[in-house]
Order: sequence, then C-alpha cells, then structure tokens
Amino acid sequence: MSSTIALAGNPNSGKTTVFNALTGSRQHVGNWPGVTVDKKEGTYTKDPSLSILDLPGTYSLNPYSAEEIITRTYIVEEKPDCVIDVLDGSSIERNLYLALQILETGVPTVLAINMMDEVREKGETIDCKRLEAELGVAVIPIEARNGKGLDELMKAVKLTISTNRRPKPLALYALSKSVDEDTLADRRYSFISTLVEKAVTRKASVDGISIESRSDKLDKLLTHRFFALPVFALVMYLLFAATFSENFLFIPGLSSPGVALAALVEFLWGSLADFIANLLLSLGAADWAYSLVVDGVLEGLGAIFGFLPLILVLYLLMSFLEDSGYMARVAFVMDRIFRRFGLSGRSFIPLLMGFGCSVPAIMATRTLDSEKDRRITTLLCGFMPCGAKLPIFIMFVSLFFADGNKTMVLFFLYLLSLAVSILVSLVINRIAYRGQVSNFLMELPQYRLPTLRSVWIHGYEKVKGFVQKAGTVILAATILIWALSNFSLSSFTAEHRAEEGTVLSAMDDSLLASVGKAVAPVFKPLGFGAWRPTVGIATGWVAKEMVVVTLAQLYSEDVSEEYLQEYFREMEAEELSELGFEGGVYDSDAAFDIYTESVLMEGSDTNALSSIHADIPNKGAALAYMAFNLLCMPCFAAVGAMKRELKSWKRTTGAIAIQMGTAYVIALLINLLGLLVW
Amino acid sequence: MTLGELRPGERARVLSIGTQGAMRQRILDMGITSKVEIQLIKVAPLGDPLDLSLRGYNLSLRRHDAALIEVEKL
Repeated sequence: MSSTIALAGNPNSGKTTVFNALTGSRQHVGNWPGVTVDKKEGTYTKDPSLSILDLPGTYSLNPYSAEEIITRTYIVEEKPDCVIDVLDGSSIERNLYLALQILETGVPTVLAINMMDEVREKGETIDCKRLEAELGVAVIPIEARNGKGLDELMKAVKLTISTNRRPKPLALYALSKSVDEDTLADRRYSFISTLVEKAVTRKASVDGISIESRSDKLDKLLTHRFFALPVFALVMYLLFAATFSENFLFIPGLSSPGVALAALVEFLWGSLADFIANLLLSLGAADWAYSLVVDGVLEGLGAIFGFLPLILVLYLLMSFLEDSGYMARVAFVMDRIFRRFGLSGRSFIPLLMGFGCSVPAIMATRTLDSEKDRRITTLLCGFMPCGAKLPIFIMFVSLFFADGNKTMVLFFLYLLSLAVSILVSLVINRIAYRGQVSNFLMELPQYRLPTLRSVWIHGYEKVKGFVQKAGTVILAATILIWALSNFSLSSFTAEHRAEEGTVLSAMDDSLLASVGKAVAPVFKPLGFGAWRPTVGIATGWVAKEMVVVTLAQLYSEDVSEEYLQEYFREMEAEELSELGFEGGVYDSDAAFDIYTESVLMEGSDTNALSSIHADIPNKGAALAYMAFNLLCMPCFAAVGAMKRELKSWKRTTGAIAIQMGTAYVIALLINLLGLLVW
Repeated sequence: MTLGELRPGERARVLSIGTQGAMRQRILDMGITSKVEIQLIKVAPLGDPLDLSLRGYNLSLRRHDAALIEVEKL
C-alpha cells in the first residue's frame, strides 16, 4: 500500500537536505496552485511505495504568508499519512514551536531532530526519549548532512503509519480555541521552556550566555562594521566573475568556469549543428527546410543550450552561499539600501547577475523570501544591461557619438537602467502592493559548510527546470521570428517561386518587414519611426545582439560587396586573420559575417551603415533607440525564465507590458530632451 | 526603554509588544514573547537592522520594529 509523507520544518532546519537524501534524484518540482512556491515531490529511494512531499519551510502554521497557508491547508485538509517535522537541534526552542502546532492538528507525526553534530559541538545533549515521552510521538536524532539516522527515521515513520500512532493530546492544544494569540504564543513558549529544561542539557554557559561558536566568530568578520562591505563586494565579484568573466581573477585570458563551460558547449553544439547542416545539404534538402532547421530550430536549441553552463555555474555558487548561511547576511548587510526601493537586500544578487545575463539572473530570484520581491525583481532583471545588449550600444556609440565621449554614453545607459529599476520598483510597490507589511524578521542561521551533494542537486534541478519550463517558449518564439523574417505573403505564389526559385523571401519583403512598416509610426515620437530599426528591435528578442546583425542585413546597400572589399582592402594579412579570415586571406563569402561580428559589434567602423542616419536622424534618436532596446522586453530566453518564475502567462505578459511601456516612455523622454540638447 | 535603544552586548527582558497586525503574530511566532530574554549582538554595518540573540538563535529585526518593543535592561 502506498503512503504519503509530508516533510515540514523551519527554514534552515535542513528539511531540503533530508528530502534530497530520502528521494535522491527522483524528484518532481511543480508549484502550488496560484502561488510561486515550489511544490517538490519524490519517492523514497529504499521503498518507492512511500511518496514524500516537501512542504515549504515555515516558522509557524498561523496563516499569514503563502508558505504558511499552504503548509496548514495541506496538513489539515489533505491529511498526509505521516508528517516528518525536521527540527534544527541547535535552536530547538524555536523549532519546537512549529512542532507543537503540527502536533495540535492530531496528524501522525515523527519529529526528526537534525544537526545533532552541532548540538554535540556546542556541548549540549538532547534527550530524545524524554521528548518522545512528553509529546507522545517518535523523536529521532539525525544528521541529514551525513545521512546518519535516516534509516531509523523512516523505520519510525513506517511504524507510526502502521500503528496509526497519533500525538498525545496535551491540555495546551485545547487552549487555541479559547485564548488570544498573545497568550497562546506565551503558553506555547513557556511549555517549550519547561520541555527544554527537562530534555536538553547545556554546558559552559556563563550568566546564561553560551560560549562563542565558530559560527559566531565567522559572523564577527562577515558582518563587521568596517569589513562587512569589502568582504561582501569581494564575494559578489567572485560570484559574478566565476560566471561571466573572460579574465578571471584579473588574469588576462583565463576563462572563468562559466565562460569555459559555455565555450565548450558552444563548440560541441556548433560542431553538431554544422554536421546537421552539412547532412541536410548533402541530402539535397529544399532551401526552406534547410533554413528552418539551421536558422530556426538549431538557432533556438542553441539559445537554450548556450545558457545552461551559466545557469549551472551560477546556481552551484548561489546554493553554496544560500546553504552556508551567507545569503541571510547579504540581506542583513544590504537591507538598509534596498528597503528604500521597496525590495529586500537579497534582490541585490539577481540584479547584479543581470549585468551578465538576464536568464540566470531571473532564475536567481527564487532565493528571495517574499513573493512580492520575487515578482518585482524578475521584472527588473529585464532592465539590466546584459552582455548581449552591449554590442548594440557599442555599434550605436561608434556610429553616432564618434566625436563625443563614448564612455560617458555607456555610463549613462548603465545609470539609466539602475534609475529606471528603482523608479519602477517604487511605483509598483506603491500601486500593486500598497499597504503590504514589509516584514523583515529574518533568522540569521548558523554558518554551515554545505555538502557537495546538496549544492549539486540544486544546480542540476535549475538546469533541468530551465530546459523543461523555458525551453519550449524559447524554441517556439525563435521559430516564429524565423518564419516571419523568411516568408512574405506572396512567398507561396507561383509567380514568386518562378522569379526567385524559392519560397523564401529576402528580409526586406518578409512578413516581419510588413509588420515593421505597419508598426513603425508608433516609434515616430521616439525619433526612429522607420521600419528597419523597428524590425531590428523585434529580432533583438531572439537574442539582443541580433539587432546588430539584422540592421546590417537590412541596410545591405551599406554593406555591399564593394563596400566590404574596400573596407578590408588595406588590412594586413595578420589583421585579417585576427578578425577571422582564414589564413589572413580576404574571402567575400565570409566577409559579411566577419564584418557584423568583429567590426560592427566592436564599433570599429565609424562610417558604417551610413543610410541608417536617414532613419535615426540625430543623437537623441540614437540614444532613444539604445534605451528602448535596453529596457524593452528581454530576449525570448529571458521571457522563458520569467514565465518559469512568475508561473503564469498572465503575470508574464503583465511584466512584459510594463517593460515595453517603460521603454517607450523613457525613450520618448530621451528623444524629446535630445531635441533640446542637440 | 525599547529594544531599539539597547547597545551591542546588552541584555534585556521583554515587557510588552506594541506592534500590531500580522507583524505582531510574526514577532510572537519567532519567540519574542513577554518575559523572554534578548541580547543585542550587533548592528548591521549601515546602522540597521539589528542582530538579536534569543532562545538559542539569532534573529534580525529592523530598528523601527524594535522601537515598538518595550524592554527592561538586565
């Protein structure tokens, strides 16, 4: 017969470690209806008839947060066959508070006292037999990190289920119907104090203050009045650099783990994609089929795979920080600043990651405590100047600001993204979350060295979740843009086929161009109301750097074969080979790609795309165009991640609408101000 | 005096809690009930929030919440 076991416990009690140890990799992550809280289910590795559900970590069953409501409703209404309440033995008093509330519901329960190694280290002992006698449920000492005591725990669970052992009804439980909340909390805690006096022995406490643990000493440094911020900056630098840096630890040319892995994946994927492309050619596939597979499907899959190394590395490091207890200190140290913007200190990490790539940044919002912070931060991540937006800025700066201070323009864009984020966060807090209590009442858990296993499971879960939940969005959207930019309404007419010898259309005549022409007037007030810049924005959603490639394709008269030949003519062989020409020999077939990727994206040709100046007439409009690309909907990969974190299409489209609206208003203001300044 | 007026290292006993609504329940749930002993361990580098020790664990609380909790110094 199969049974359902629910895992409950305080945050930081090691509940997730217990869950991972019991279920191994047989987990399924979903979400509770209506809220962005994970619902994790799995089966016991040693007995698949036992399914285990990981309830959200809570400090009580009073229905004030989504987590508490879920846990309470589940225990009271779904009535699991047994609840395992995981308690942190090193702060047993507070952990017993939730335990009493669970026992009060009368469900069969087993208490697992975790962190027994730390209890010993502190010189304390916990008499589990005594607790068992007082509370009338099995109480099992465990060390989930080392897997100790888990077999005993599950034996006790099975026995509790088979004998239908229910907690002893204490007089205390009857009180909850007759007294107010204050008295109830008082009575529960005084009951706990008596219980702890009977079952827990403490050692070496002078005047009631216990001896300083290793964790306390570490905390003195990490939250020190002067050292805290420098240490924090260092940790953030390492986190960011390990994921994105090409000069890791300031060593030129040393790739960080994230970049190295990304290069490896890119190489493997590239080889596979080339192989498939060649295979299609040799099979004589129709040009539209070839294009669909190569430019649509493979491009979309490539976008999905390309992000995996970044997500993996970032998440391994993030879960290390989370499990070690440092993340709580990040919130502790940064709270003062972020509170002003209506966020908590923990939002700092996702936003910082956004400077590298929005996809892992959005996925990092999962570690925020409140749903409000998760949603707002997810939205703000789209405003961050990620690495892929940089080529757009660099190209435009070199085309429009060659005579001015280029660095200042880039700096302005970075400042703009921060200012807009703060503004949007404040406005949303005002409008959507008005009057919500910001409760910053946070446990500062003991520092613990996380196990490799739990860090790995976190990282792996993230990657899997991204592929499953975001992958379809990315692939579908990429194929849609491919179809729009390669077909026109007349594509399938006999006339077109006879004339062009293919059903495909050039981008100038594509559906995307038609849509661009229809939509372009909307951007008139922003200064770039022409169809080609408009189409550029749309292809930027496939990947932001695509804006550069698309503009080069659309202003093809400026990137003609003659122009390219002229541009590369005076270059030495060495320079040509550095740019990517094989053997340093000019090759007209490769010239276009090399020109867009190594010249335009790096801003080396200030005379490039001369006819773009007709569509984007002045500096103000150019700045507005950059700002629009910075702030509007992020790439589809990021939208996929947003969908995964916000967990509904309604909220995702809402967030995109806010991003588009913000981008429009800000670009409009910039263009108008630009008309005054320039 | 209030919990917010303690200096790092000082200990106090809670007399009454002036907080209202959901936050009051949360404070109670976390073990700040009347007569409990609390020690102020330290203040965050930017002056807020506070790091408190009670019931064998550390709790972080903002100053304006701590200012609503009446205590007597020990």
